[in-house]
Amino acid sequence: MSQVNRIKGGLIDPATEITFTFNGKAMQGHPGDTLASALLANGQRLVGRSFKYHRPRGIFTAGSEEPNALVELRKGATQEPNTRATVTELFDGLEARSQNHRGSLEFDLMAVTDLLSPFLSAGFYYKTFMWPRAFWEKLYEPAIRASAGLGRLSMEEDPDRYDKGYLHCDLLVIGAGPAGLMAARTAARAGARVILADEDFVMGGRLNAETLEVDGKPGSDWAVGVVAELAAMANVRLMPRSTVYGAYDHGVYGVLERCTDHLATSGGKPRQVLWRVYARHAVLAAGATERPVAFGNNDRPGVMLAGAVRAYANRWGVAPGRRVAVFTNNDDGWRTAADLVAKGIEVPAVIDTRDAPAVCDVPGARHVRGAAVMDTRGRKGLRQITLTDGQMIDADCLAVSGGWNPNLHLTCHQRGRPEWRDDLAAFVPGRELPPGMVVAGAANGAMTLAAALREGCAVAETLGYADKSDLPRAEDEPRDCAPVWHVPQSRARAWLDLQNDVTVKDVKQAHQEGFRAVEHLKRYTTLGMATDQGKTANIPALAIMAECTGRTIPETGTTIFRPPYTPVPIGALAGRARGRAFRPYRLTPSHRWAEAHGATFVEVGNWLRAQWFARDGEQGWRDSVDREVLMTRGSVGICDVTTLGKIDIQGRDAGEFLNRVYCNGFATLAVGKVRYGLMLREDGIAYDDGTTARMGENHYVMTTTTANAVTVFRRLEFARQCLWPDLDVHLISTTDGWAQFAVAGPNARKLLRKVVDTEHDLSNEAFPFMGCGEVTVCGGMPARLFRISFSGELAYEVAVPARFGNAMMGVLMEAGREFDAVPYGTEALGVMRIEKGHAAGNELNGQTTAHNLGMGRMVSRKKDCIGNVLSQRPEMLRDDAVKLVGLRPVDRATGLISGSHFIGQGDAATMENDQGWMSSVAYSPSLEHSIGLGFLKRGDARMGEILRAVSPVHGREMEVEVVSAHFIDPDGERLRG
Amino acid sequence: MIINHPLLGPRDAAEFVYLGDAALIDRPDWQAAEAAEAFHAYGYLRDNPAGAHQELWYHEQGDRSWLVVTRDTVSHEITQVELARDVARARGRSR
Repeated sequence: MSQVNRIKGGLIDPATEITFTFNGKAMQGHPGDTLASALLANGQRLVGRSFKYHRPRGIFTAGSEEPNALVELRKGATQEPNTRATVTELFDGLEARSQNHRGSLEFDLMAVTDLLSPFLSAGFYYKTFMWPRAFWEKLYEPAIRASAGLGRLSMEEDPDRYDKGYLHCDLLVIGAGPAGLMAARTAARAGARVILADEDFVMGGRLNAETLEVDGKPGSDWAVGVVAELAAMANVRLMPRSTVYGAYDHGVYGVLERCTDHLATSGGKPRQVLWRVYARHAVLAAGATERPVAFGNNDRPGVMLAGAVRAYANRWGVAPGRRVAVFTNNDDGWRTAADLVAKGIEVPAVIDTRDAPAVCDVPGARHVRGAAVMDTRGRKGLRQITLTDGQMIDADCLAVSGGWNPNLHLTCHQRGRPEWRDDLAAFVPGRELPPGMVVAGAANGAMTLAAALREGCAVAETLGYADKSDLPRAEDEPRDCAPVWHVPQSRARAWLDLQNDVTVKDVKQAHQEGFRAVEHLKRYTTLGMATDQGKTANIPALAIMAECTGRTIPETGTTIFRPPYTPVPIGALAGRARGRAFRPYRLTPSHRWAEAHGATFVEVGNWLRAQWFARDGEQGWRDSVDREVLMTRGSVGICDVTTLGKIDIQGRDAGEFLNRVYCNGFATLAVGKVRYGLMLREDGIAYDDGTTARMGENHYVMTTTTANAVTVFRRLEFARQCLWPDLDVHLISTTDGWAQFAVAGPNARKLLRKVVDTEHDLSNEAFPFMGCGEVTVCGGMPARLFRISFSGELAYEVAVPARFGNAMMGVLMEAGREFDAVPYGTEALGVMRIEKGHAAGNELNGQTTAHNLGMGRMVSRKKDCIGNVLSQRPEMLRDDAVKLVGLRPVDRATGLISGSHFIGQGDAATMENDQGWMSSVAYSPSLEHSIGLGFLKRGDARMGEILRAVSPVHGREMEVEVVSAHFIDPDGERLRG
Repeated sequence: MIINHPLLGPRDAAEFVYLGDAALIDRPDWQAAEAAEAFHAYGYLRDNPAGAHQELWYHEQGDRSWLVVTRDTVSHEITQVELARDVARARGRSR
């Protein structure tokens, strides 16, 4: 019984048969079919269940405006829900399934919801499920979500690839119907770089669905000729299967190209490409969308838009029914009747709401004047219609036309407001268009073929692309329309928004309850939401609201269209930025060495850094970290610290510049010396810290924290260009240029002595703590040496050009073999800095000041610097401000908890009694107990006090003792040794 | 959006980082009598015009110029793009 409704003709290839399945049942179609046309050809009228009431639904349109025929395609990981059957190109082996039913499509168990419809009107959920509140999350919402809804996700990772691309053109033509083809041809012949994009897989727009002629031949043939001419031109890019979904600022357009959706597999190619098109001008020639008339039970499978009915007959060679009645309020509906009869399909009646003579001759059809359809019958598909005059007519398909709405969506993407035209009974693009955009053809209200061709040509000429050739000949077909939005005699529910199950009554109720503004109407009834965004529903609903309020439609308003025009998959928006490629990541110069030596890596900003280096027999990370700390403090350890930001600062005013960006003074820093620097934000909060080395008279090297490397550089450029434009100072980021290693521990000097060339004196006198200089290593390789220490040990940082970083790590480890040198990772680094009481990210958290950090006296009052003035606000310098302190548990066996708050002995753990917080904790293998850093009110004056550290998050508390933050070597003897 | 860089020509806004009101160039004198009030206004108070707005953009993925872009906050139309250094000098910021 395959393809019972297939008739002759159309733009399909009847000689080739392809097989697909719908709900597991094999069906046949032809190349050129959509899933919708093939389903209709196979007599499948019922294709889904509605969102809320689980009503049987069929195919309603023949385009991207489809509200009903949403299906799941494919299976497994490539399963895709909510796909419109009307725009799904058929291919051999396509698997499609209907959605939103429990049990089979024919006997949906949830259809009982429909019987409850009197209780489920607009706002029902808001009103009913308010109380008791706790029930909402646990009971109501899951139940509602399970019964309503659309398709299902596969919950598997999408195996397809998506890509992004960028295109530039003089003219982007949106829509390849008569107006778009003319605009593209005119501009292309004039030499413009043209992109012609159309959402369909066959260009030509309505020309493919009509029997109208252009230049004496079928319109679709004319379109083929124009497309062939354009395809042969080097300055034209044709983009079928490409939806222009958004018009953005300054001539930027978003385009989704579906590259392999029409193939069984993507074959390794990107499935979809998200294009960003930069266009000097754009012609919107997106055509028009037909709208329905609302009457009783107008949602049955078999009730379709009239333009779609004739599109199926003319373009796809499919009869949507055996007996097709036509219900119209305009001349265009008659064209459906005439075309169907010409195809040999029976048309029992044309019901015209206008009491006027027939528009054209329709053999065999009764012309019912001044009447309307008020009800329908047929449980899972239309059988009969009832007219307002009481007549009943048998029909298995009803073609409905309520007039056409210009597709002006993209004209609204930058606040443009549509204007109402009474003669069309439709909104047309307003005067305020996105800059560079012009509108032509039906999208602009030029509803006839001849007018569309004329406008397409004219707009291209207005933009300066003139072409001498003649306009093609075509007719101005009759397009009169007398608006009728709904049939008031209907007693049964009359549907406006088929996708969201919104009826005429719902709109009236919204009006009654005061939700009269369009935006309120939308949110109260859910009208115009979901995948179709109300393309067929919005204007009729607006008209009914206008009727209720006694205002005109333009007075009532219009919803503003936003991007995207049709749904854009998240996969396409993500492109290749997913999984490991979600954002770039960076490897340290010694990454390969670390990988080969058992490193576990951690993401720090964009970097992967070695966290620790496990050795055989170690039971967990703590074993490794404790060993790394003890061996570093006992002999020597090596750590890749390349990730710290490095900024090269040069110029006659470089010192003065540093003086202004650091809160402490840099004017007195001698050549060959390094100084710790603290930067403030302009509001006086501590921002970043690091060291700056003076390498020469006018040459400094700054380091920043890893986290702020990018933003510190940005701020320094701001200071240089915007605040002090005439300082002679230049900056360049050299973070990637130098590989830098910390060599720390009592044997650090001995180790480096073996690596640094012998002419460089490394003795404590020649190269003291906080010294720096250019040296050579390994027999002549240029390097920089800084005697700085984050660990508190005798320590150096040695920098070599980044490409030698991996080798340098090996050289240092080899030289350290006799000292049992260890590589250490970020965990050991963290433990040692807490043992030494150095602030890091947890302390420089955007809430703390130099005063809090115990560095208040560093803020020089003798000079200006960023943050200087506001750091002196009285509230920020209070005596009872929190101060950085060290903490240790009274019971040494207890582990401290980071984030605990300090509460006095005997006080309740409340905000009022909060005295500060624990910012960093670590187990100190050197002291063999847990230690912490924290901020405590007047902390510097409370050494030895016992407090409670309370962590409500963990439900735990413990006694802690306030101690100096310098747990190790408080006098700094080691680092100066 | 597209920003017409005075040195590099039209560039996509994605190459830039936005900071905000170009009034941030006018950093107060730290030794003025009312310095605290002036810095408070500088740090916290902004106009929020519907219309022409001078604002700072940083060409981070490009030549690292700070630019003063005059943009209509309603239409996003950009009417002028200048090097912030030139603007700063014109506003009297020198050494």
